[in-house]
Amino acid sequence: MIGQLIFTVLFLAAGFFFYRNSAKIYRNIRLGKTLNRFDNPSERLKTMLLVAFGQKKMFKRPIPALLHLCVYIGFCIINIEMLEIVIDGIFGTHRALSFMGGFYNFLIYSFEILALLVLLSCVIFLIRRNILKLKRLNQPELNNWPKTDANIILITEILLMAAFLLMNGADQKLQLLGHPHYTTVGAFPISTALLPLLPSSLDGLIFIERFCWWFHILGVLAFLNYLPLSKHLHIILAFPNTYFTKLEPKGKFENMPAVTEEVKAMLDPSLPPPSGEVSRFGVKDATDLTWKNLLDAYTCTECGRCTSSCPANITGKLLSPRKIMMDTRDRIEEIGKNIDANKSLVDDGKSLLDNYISREEIWACTSCNACVEQCPVNINPLEIIMGLRQYAVMEESKAPTSINVMLGNMENNGAPWKYAQADRANWANQ
Amino acid sequence: MENQIQVPTVAELVAKGESPDILFWVGCAGSFDERAQRITRDICKILQHVGIKFAILGTEESCTGDPAKRAGNEFLFQMQAMMNIQVLDGYEIKKIVTACPHCFNTIKNEYPELGGNYEVIHHTQLIQSLIEQGKLKPADGHTFKGKRITYHDPCYLGRANEVYEAPRKALEVLDADLVELKRCKSNGLCCGAGGAQMFKEPEAGKKDINIERIEDVIEAKASVVAAACPFCMTMLQDGVKIKEKEKEIQVLDIAEITVKANDL
Repeated sequence: MIGQLIFTVLFLAAGFFFYRNSAKIYRNIRLGKTLNRFDNPSERLKTMLLVAFGQKKMFKRPIPALLHLCVYIGFCIINIEMLEIVIDGIFGTHRALSFMGGFYNFLIYSFEILALLVLLSCVIFLIRRNILKLKRLNQPELNNWPKTDANIILITEILLMAAFLLMNGADQKLQLLGHPHYTTVGAFPISTALLPLLPSSLDGLIFIERFCWWFHILGVLAFLNYLPLSKHLHIILAFPNTYFTKLEPKGKFENMPAVTEEVKAMLDPSLPPPSGEVSRFGVKDATDLTWKNLLDAYTCTECGRCTSSCPANITGKLLSPRKIMMDTRDRIEEIGKNIDANKSLVDDGKSLLDNYISREEIWACTSCNACVEQCPVNINPLEIIMGLRQYAVMEESKAPTSINVMLGNMENNGAPWKYAQADRANWANQ
Repeated sequence: MENQIQVPTVAELVAKGESPDILFWVGCAGSFDERAQRITRDICKILQHVGIKFAILGTEESCTGDPAKRAGNEFLFQMQAMMNIQVLDGYEIKKIVTACPHCFNTIKNEYPELGGNYEVIHHTQLIQSLIEQGKLKPADGHTFKGKRITYHDPCYLGRANEVYEAPRKALEVLDADLVELKRCKSNGLCCGAGGAQMFKEPEAGKKDINIERIEDVIEAKASVVAAACPFCMTMLQDGVKIKEKEKEIQVLDIAEITVKANDL
């Protein structure tokens, strides 16, 4: 009875704290500029099903894709088990769903197989990160917290799966010993192997079974509350993020409507001057980005496929698209905390450009879209880079000298080089 | 010995009471860069050979504004765009072919919202359709037969607009030993010139991007690397030069390969 009470309180508390932290993230994303990504729902749904649900883009790299698929399917399916755990926890029942009989046995059987696959995949992931030291998983932007974050996630998943299997093993042994509370039910292809390792005393077995049950469920609830603080949030946000993907060709960059109004007025003086006040051209701080850019930042799980395909990064430049996303998230989090502390945003003298992302980084981009193409959850670092360039050029007139020369040429003679417009067709006469 | 090509401007056609079926948007590189001018002339040869009534804007053409936009100067981009749209609409242009993937992308994707709506194709798409119509056919015993040829995907044609097949189809008719680079199609590696990089020195790093790319070409053991973008052409050619592979590796545009193979 006390157990049920404790469980219910912890379950509700975990739900409440998760809701509170999620609401903050939602608020932070809404700090971004408006953008219409609500059109064409059927196309959007299709993209989400293919890319997030179907893991389509992961398979550009087959080995990590297969390992990730194991963890992904395992995570989704084993969560069905959570339903039973919650029912058992609240009502004090044991294996409440076992009335399903043969189908229940099939479920437990597949959970065990999946649990083992998840466990093994996570061990291989740990090895790739920490022993093989794959370049993509060991670049400078991952130093300190991001590396720890990744290891915490993997170790937690290993522990959760181990507890699940150990719980089943103890349960199975109790069934074999004929304990009345542990009715014979379930199919245990993996945990059977653990039987010789388990004690034969009923008390010892019950302790292990209960301990693992509590460890598993408390671990899951703790993990749920770890998500909003971690890069692991992608397991939820991958779905909305792919749904809200830009559906137009990757080469199409947004035309700024405020500029269109001004240019139209300049070319045709009979038009009324633009009415709307534009607070800022381009992106200086995270709040100048669109909500989709911010959703991108919260969705990023720092896998680094973008960075490892970025021509600038491959050739040793400072630019890393992954870092652009991590910086954006760090900055909007900082702004969110600032708002929490002061009720509204108080100028902290910082900005995304310069305090987080340097000029050297933004000017190294070739706008080749490799990062956008590679991202398994359709994040777009390029839009952020271009926004920062727009601020540097249009608000500050601060571009590399040779870029200014190019822009000057275009203004004066309609070509990026210093050739006269009148000579444009000379090639035809040579 | 080059065949004489006739390149009318739209203004000339209009003065005669005619109009072109297709406008050839030459682009800044195609107009001024000596290497790219050769590609420009080859495209004219193809158009002339198949009897398509085409014209250029000549001195009325101006930069699409792509490098300004990618460098962050949206004002200058939109100024260029709207001036070009005025000229194009003034001549009631409906269809455009261009040899530059940057011009192609900008006019096709970014002009419509600013009022410029045209059917835009890249010259590799034109060549593909002419091959399919049987209007272009490699001559017997042309020089590319059996040669090891690879293709470098320009970012603004490939990833940006998902045109991967047209240039490959133009090479498939050559009866050559075609080989893909290890990074190709949607995984292709940039030449290093996009996003206004063409007009500035690269940031500090351990290597230039075009060197990284030309190493892919060397690894593929290709004797010809086909390009489809004037900027890629410059970058690849510089790469070949720096690697001192000028004797072993030729950089040619799809249009040049087509003209040579068809003996135009």
